[in-house]
Amino acid sequence: MATTLTVNGKAFTSDADPGTPLIFVLRNDLGLMGAKLGCGAEQCGSCTVLADGEPIHSCTASLESISGRCIETLESLSRDGQPDAIQQAFIDENAAQCGYCTAGIILAAKALLSKRPDPTRAEIVEALNGHLCRCGAHPRIIRAIERAAAARGQTS
Amino acid sequence: MTLPPSLARTPRLDRWLRLDPDGSVAICTGKVEIGQGIKTALAMIAADELDVALYRVRVRTADTALTPNELITAGSLSVEDSGGAIRVACATARAKLLDAAAAVLGVPRDSLDVEDGTVTSSLTNQRTDYWSLPYDDLFSVEIQEPLPLKNPDSYRVVGRPAQRLDLPAKVLGHPAFVHDMSLPDMLHGRLVKPPLPGARLERFPDDFQAPGLVAVVRDGSFVGVVAEREEQAVRAAERLSAQCTWHRAPLSPLPSQMAAHLRENVAASFPVIHGGPVAEPVPPAPEIRGTAKRLSATYTRPFQMHGSIGPSAALAQLESGRLTVYSHSQGVELLKIALADVLGMAEDSVRVVHAEGAGCYGHNGADDVALDAALLARAVTPRPVLTKWTRADEHGFEPYAPATVIEMTASLDDRGQILHWDHQAFGLTHMGRPRPSPGHSNLQSAWWLSSPIPPVPREPLMFPEAGIHRNLQPIYDFPDQRLVKHFVADGPLRTSSTRSLGAFANVFAIESFMDECAGAAGRDPFDFRLAHLRDPRAREVLETLRERAPDPAGGGRGIAMARYKSRQAYVGLLVDVDVLDDARVSLKRALIVADAGLVIDPDGLRNQLEGGFIQAASWALKEQVDWDQNGVASRDWESYPIITFSEIPEIETHLIDRRHEPALGAGEASTGPTPAAIANAIGNAAGVRVRDIPFTAEALRRAAAE
Repeated sequence: MATTLTVNGKAFTSDADPGTPLIFVLRNDLGLMGAKLGCGAEQCGSCTVLADGEPIHSCTASLESISGRCIETLESLSRDGQPDAIQQAFIDENAAQCGYCTAGIILAAKALLSKRPDPTRAEIVEALNGHLCRCGAHPRIIRAIERAAAARGQTS
Repeated sequence: MTLPPSLARTPRLDRWLRLDPDGSVAICTGKVEIGQGIKTALAMIAADELDVALYRVRVRTADTALTPNELITAGSLSVEDSGGAIRVACATARAKLLDAAAAVLGVPRDSLDVEDGTVTSSLTNQRTDYWSLPYDDLFSVEIQEPLPLKNPDSYRVVGRPAQRLDLPAKVLGHPAFVHDMSLPDMLHGRLVKPPLPGARLERFPDDFQAPGLVAVVRDGSFVGVVAEREEQAVRAAERLSAQCTWHRAPLSPLPSQMAAHLRENVAASFPVIHGGPVAEPVPPAPEIRGTAKRLSATYTRPFQMHGSIGPSAALAQLESGRLTVYSHSQGVELLKIALADVLGMAEDSVRVVHAEGAGCYGHNGADDVALDAALLARAVTPRPVLTKWTRADEHGFEPYAPATVIEMTASLDDRGQILHWDHQAFGLTHMGRPRPSPGHSNLQSAWWLSSPIPPVPREPLMFPEAGIHRNLQPIYDFPDQRLVKHFVADGPLRTSSTRSLGAFANVFAIESFMDECAGAAGRDPFDFRLAHLRDPRAREVLETLRERAPDPAGGGRGIAMARYKSRQAYVGLLVDVDVLDDARVSLKRALIVADAGLVIDPDGLRNQLEGGFIQAASWALKEQVDWDQNGVASRDWESYPIITFSEIPEIETHLIDRRHEPALGAGEASTGPTPAAIANAIGNAAGVRVRDIPFTAEALRRAAAE
């Protein structure tokens, strides 16, 4: 049975089993490598993508469960290969070590900033608390989101 | 002057760098990127020594077919090893290029200046650039001896914060990890792991079928599946696992018995002198006489995980008798030999190419999954197989940081100075990585094959500052000391190298016990340390920590310091904590002061020091591998929690400028002081001395009851 998805603004029909977790279709069929497989159990956040603007775990969300919703992945942020304000802030703050958790965190930040353009530190921490980072880049990640909020505030 | 060891091993200049026609410079290193930023640091070193802009430098990391053999990326040595070699190689290359430019322009060499690869004669104003010079054999030389290097005062790139070269791709979502690789006709592999490492496969379905299944591989107790699609491999492995039954030998000893196990099963004991174990009888404990005050304490560390966020993965392809494996191993050369041994192949028919994995700093499942991927690829040759461990595989089968017991005894004289110092470390090996040993293999699945290859026999490492005795040597000067390494060969769980190896437990014990001694002497922790410390650089770190200490941010403050491996970076650490009403510990603030000699990338160094603190704080506060006789119970992030964003304190880092001193490895330097500073802060905040990691609320209540 085919499932129709909207990913980064484009409609896509998948022939994979409707129970297939979204992440495998994103990565292996659409070549969107941003979302990372981490735990398969909604515990680490590295697979985070947005569904209608809300963060979801693509490692457990089945194709049928997100049919009809608008999925955004990390790749949707850049324009013509240029990083958006959040991505640029992560580059400027060197807000990673290995970078494996980064994609999920950037999407969580995007969801936060779309609701709260000028978040407090506590709000940033709350938005990120389901995301694990083993390298200990946390302080830089928080700074990058603060920087992105400031940059977006200046341009809007 | 002698050549840096990496250059002595590979003296050919063209093995280290190459000019490319697009105006770039390609640098080759035998080290690998593990999130520490080594690509960026090495590019910075090359840019300065060659006089080219940083953006022109590209770094190729370890590939057994292409790059110099630099053994392994470990021990905070990449800047010292590879950086030292690349600096000399680039200085040699620059000299060759200037010779060539002088000949082409017909001007004296000392009239030439270089600016971003453009060479100009100050006599004639003629110019050329590196890429226009006759290049064919220019770098086809062996470096005999190092040329004079640049004065650090003239550096333009080194010493200034740089943007990480690898970060844009990761932030934009481009393929950056071995997990992201895709080759034509690629298949997906998953493993069916035993319930615990020693289990033997008893019942296995002969007629297993699943959608998309391409191969089921069974060799003894090694079981894996290969499928067309990744989710098909996941599902097939789950279903096959449910149809397998295993004979299991119960795990023992159990967690509550570990400390006693380590004390009672010592295979060999050595006095540690000048940082290294000596094959001599252990002298008796110092005799404490007269009015001296005697203190003793025991500190423990449980088994702990590397805990990479991305489970280990490898891509393998066997084609026409040649095996290529993409792996996030930290030691691709050793892995190549280990794979050839297990697979019965010639070493030169195996190639291991480093591809990045998720960070952790140490020997996680990277090497093991490389063998798993090769075993699966062998069954479907010539198709490539991308094999990934699951989260439960990684938690259950990565080699852990060894459980450790440290016993400390000291005596204080009437003035409150330490007279005797006695430090005994009991532990399991930190050296579980693949290494050549005929008839043995440290790749885990080799133990499970129908013709099993057992692990390399565990033996005590005798070189200075190796595993159990890393940082066993105190930084302080005591009138009388006895340092002992007790090596325990056998334990219930496999162990290997984890960030800072034994330094984590040893510095935890030394720096906690220094605070306990200071308390017994009624002295301030800074004063007490300084009163036993001669090393001027260590004193400056401690004094800087004291001067820069901010107003307290919590109910208690603790400090700790160490010099990593007694010869690398110095770190002083101050931590403020609150102990909450429910006995949970809340980190409020950390101040890190470091002396790492010449700093290549100050921002990269801060990232390493702060990340090392955070990882170590997670170990200190939260982490312990739990198991029972049926296997490891810590199989996900709920049963093995790590630090989260809400638990990260404010962190400030101050770097001491020592640009005329050699660069000192710092990637593991903040790890050891962290548990001690936190324990000391807890002691200060709550009057409770915690000596058993992790410092959970339950542990604090237990310590308070003692």
